[in-house]
Amino acid sequence: MTATQAGGTGTGTDTPTDLHESGMRAFFRLYSTLFRLAIIEQFQYRAANYFYMIGMVTEPIIYLVVWSTVAEARGGEVGGLTAGAFAAYYIVWTLVRNMNIVFTPFGWEQRIREGALSGQLVRPLHPIHYDLGFFAGWKVVVIVLWIPLAIVLSLIFRPELDPRVSQAVGFFVAIWGAYLIRSLLLWMLGMVTFWTTRVTAAFEVFFAAELLLSGRLVPMQLMPDWVQTIASFLPFESTFGFPITALVGPISDEELVRGLLTQAMWIALGAIGVSVMWRRALRNYTAVSG
Amino acid sequence: MRLALTFLRINVMNELQYRANFFLQILESLVALATGLIVLSLIFSQTSALDGWSRPQLLAVLGVFTMVGGVIKFAIEPNMGRIMADIREGTFDYVLTKPIDSQLFVSVREFRLWQLTDVFVGAAVVVWAAQSSDGSGGDNVTGSGAALGFLVSLVAGALMIYCVWLILTTGAFWFVRMEMLEELFTGLYRAGQYPVGIYPGWLRAGLTFLIPIGFAVTVPSEALTGRLTWSRLVLAVGFVVFLMALTRAIWTWGVRNYSGASA
Repeated sequence: MTATQAGGTGTGTDTPTDLHESGMRAFFRLYSTLFRLAIIEQFQYRAANYFYMIGMVTEPIIYLVVWSTVAEARGGEVGGLTAGAFAAYYIVWTLVRNMNIVFTPFGWEQRIREGALSGQLVRPLHPIHYDLGFFAGWKVVVIVLWIPLAIVLSLIFRPELDPRVSQAVGFFVAIWGAYLIRSLLLWMLGMVTFWTTRVTAAFEVFFAAELLLSGRLVPMQLMPDWVQTIASFLPFESTFGFPITALVGPISDEELVRGLLTQAMWIALGAIGVSVMWRRALRNYTAVSG
Repeated sequence: MRLALTFLRINVMNELQYRANFFLQILESLVALATGLIVLSLIFSQTSALDGWSRPQLLAVLGVFTMVGGVIKFAIEPNMGRIMADIREGTFDYVLTKPIDSQLFVSVREFRLWQLTDVFVGAAVVVWAAQSSDGSGGDNVTGSGAALGFLVSLVAGALMIYCVWLILTTGAFWFVRMEMLEELFTGLYRAGQYPVGIYPGWLRAGLTFLIPIGFAVTVPSEALTGRLTWSRLVLAVGFVVFLMALTRAIWTWGVRNYSGASA
């Protein structure tokens, strides 16, 4: 395989145009192509995408109703959050949840069993790039479809939302950071499938921990202090609670920057983790098929 | 009835081959229960009652929710999924050639045995909750009447969910692609984890009459916690009779409209 690679630039085919292209540009072209493909493909399934979203939206509405009820029972607020603040939190939640949907670890078993992986292995680039590019394109469709949904929810639940410009910018960066972190995390989790096929139990426990420690279930400020401390050492909050808080607040510019840097750190750690696991997994994989 | 038992036996024998799934299912049930309990403790660390429901009472709701959810995943969801697959793939023709009633036949073909763990886990929670709650008197149903009311409303509620799901599945006769129905239903069912009274009016009405989660989960929970009134129980029974008749009519109409895969 190494013999066919064009001088280690990362472009594997030897058509004339590709030879003139630098590695970086080819890389960029791959992403933009996958990106566009996903947009075109997923836009065809807008009805299916919508039904999926509506089914998903019940989850935050339940949390929202429960916590608004609690806030009212306590005379307007709980943990510093009013009903309007909860509404803002859980409406932004729906977008962040969508950004959080990436290639599922359950899909790995199928990939390995049906041999789709072998096809990906002969491609010149690390297969994670194909997933990242494709799902990123899908997100664009999701965001477009999300806007009307958010408007309807806002009319019903009347959120209190008044972000500064820095918050809006920070939020935009943070949702893509969240997307990258969760992609890398679930890739690592999925790769466990290379070593054992009894992974479902591990996935269940992982997702339960994530639900509790990410801010998906409740805003983290409602959790007991010791839970918040545990969560601060884990990547989950960077994928969920932080992006929401970035837009909804209360958050200072300094906290915003610190949150984004934390995301960057998790992305770096995740990238290292994926590449180390991937190399080891491949050694295992060849052993199985050979 | 004999037919249902035969299908059940086949399915049980089939699933007993995969015993590892049993432990997985137990783990799944326990994780879900633990999450539910954590949420309850979070709520009640901030307040003493949610819309008038105390902690043991909400625990009863959680128990009923888990039980009914188990029944749905054990018997309703797999059968409905099978109908849609049959219509999509054209094998539904074979269903109609069977010498027995088609609605009965399609409703008892598939069972997922291990999902019953949810029913047992839920029942355990119900018992636990019943011990720590106190029934209030007055107009409400208490004592052995409450136990009877619980059973009646539980069966009625499960039947209602079956009816609504089958009505929506019948839509597959006209619109072949309906896979997202299951997704939608599971999403909406989650709302039953809390008494429907906490939801805003329009949503409460929808969750009671369109997707009868209110009847399936909240009403049995009311029976357990001494909140059920006789009139509500009668309403539940009346509504289930109405829904059964409606489902029957729509199913018959749908089958007549079905043009077959080969046509």
